[in-house]
Amino acid sequence: MEIIGAIITLFGSFVLLVASIGLVRMPDVYNRLQVGTKATTLGTILSLVGLAFVVPGWTAKLILLIIFIMMTNPVSSHVLARVAYFIKIPFTSRTVTDKLKLSDKALRIEHEPK
Amino acid sequence: MKFKNISVLFVILLLFWLALNNSLKLPVVLIGIGVSALVALLFCSKCSLFNDMKFSPKALVNTIMFLVVFFIELVKSNIDVTRRVLSPSLPINPGIVEVKTKLKSKFGRMLLANSITLTPGTLTVEVIEDSFFIHWIDVEDDEIGSASKKIVEKFEKYLEVIYG
Amino acid sequence: MVNTILTIALAITILSIGITMVRFAIGKTAIDRVIAFDVMTIASISIIAILAWMSGRVIYLDIAIVYGLLSFLAVIIIAKYLEKSL
Repeated sequence: MEIIGAIITLFGSFVLLVASIGLVRMPDVYNRLQVGTKATTLGTILSLVGLAFVVPGWTAKLILLIIFIMMTNPVSSHVLARVAYFIKIPFTSRTVTDKLKLSDKALRIEHEPK
Repeated sequence: MKFKNISVLFVILLLFWLALNNSLKLPVVLIGIGVSALVALLFCSKCSLFNDMKFSPKALVNTIMFLVVFFIELVKSNIDVTRRVLSPSLPINPGIVEVKTKLKSKFGRMLLANSITLTPGTLTVEVIEDSFFIHWIDVEDDEIGSASKKIVEKFEKYLEVIYG
Repeated sequence: MVNTILTIALAITILSIGITMVRFAIGKTAIDRVIAFDVMTIASISIIAILAWMSGRVIYLDIAIVYGLLSFLAVIIIAKYLEKSL
């Protein structure tokens, strides 16, 4: 049982490694956010689940930590993507479509007084 | 309605306290009940977050189904991300598309946006009224209808039952 | 055996923080640096959890929870500041 948990933790750290490589390789802010959010969430969840197999007595706290990460991580990446769009950080040249700019709703939001 | 909000918050706070303490001794449980009742009464007299939550058996079944689908999608999205990151040519085709949702309740929409962020290749950028603007790493379809079908529908059918 | 595997996992996680440091250094925009910061803090949560097992102290997990909370708040506040709505 302990060996299985340790292997799950090892797998989680490989997913975190993929996240960091993707962070260096991706061409613009939005793609980096995609890789950063997904891979770090699963990597941390796998590490903590593996530790819960290794030490069953810690399960309650580890589940608390997992729920916490699952709730907060997408929220922070959503906030960062929104800010990056509204301070006009450019897209990569490979971007094919931008519906938010074409939509009249977006223009109305930008002209709203703070 | 007010009682429902307060009791849901009370249960969440009590579970958080018990998991943090990792014990079921009498003094710990009593302190937890007292403090979470106090906090729920003081800070949730006007909140409306859990208004649309339903507690029927059907909702419970749908919650479990939602979690299962969510974890499968999370693993799939990581395989997808790994494939894109490690292949030498970096196969991306990004863009922002618009999708529509039918959900009305705030909490349900937050869960939907979070799930969209964690599923293969999509990231919620902006939420305006009932349309979500989504950064898609590999745009297959930029029509509102078919994009909604591909991205939103798999979660929406469960969340619709739970949150109405 | 378990100790060896977890040590390797710890080393790989530290390596991933090292690679993230590259993005943190070259940056280009402020948002890039904030993303790199976010990834580093989340990787350090799993480092703290592995260290908690190695030293056998459950109290370190509480530190991980508080650390995650503070990094989440920091990201939100920096985003609000960059949006000029703080």
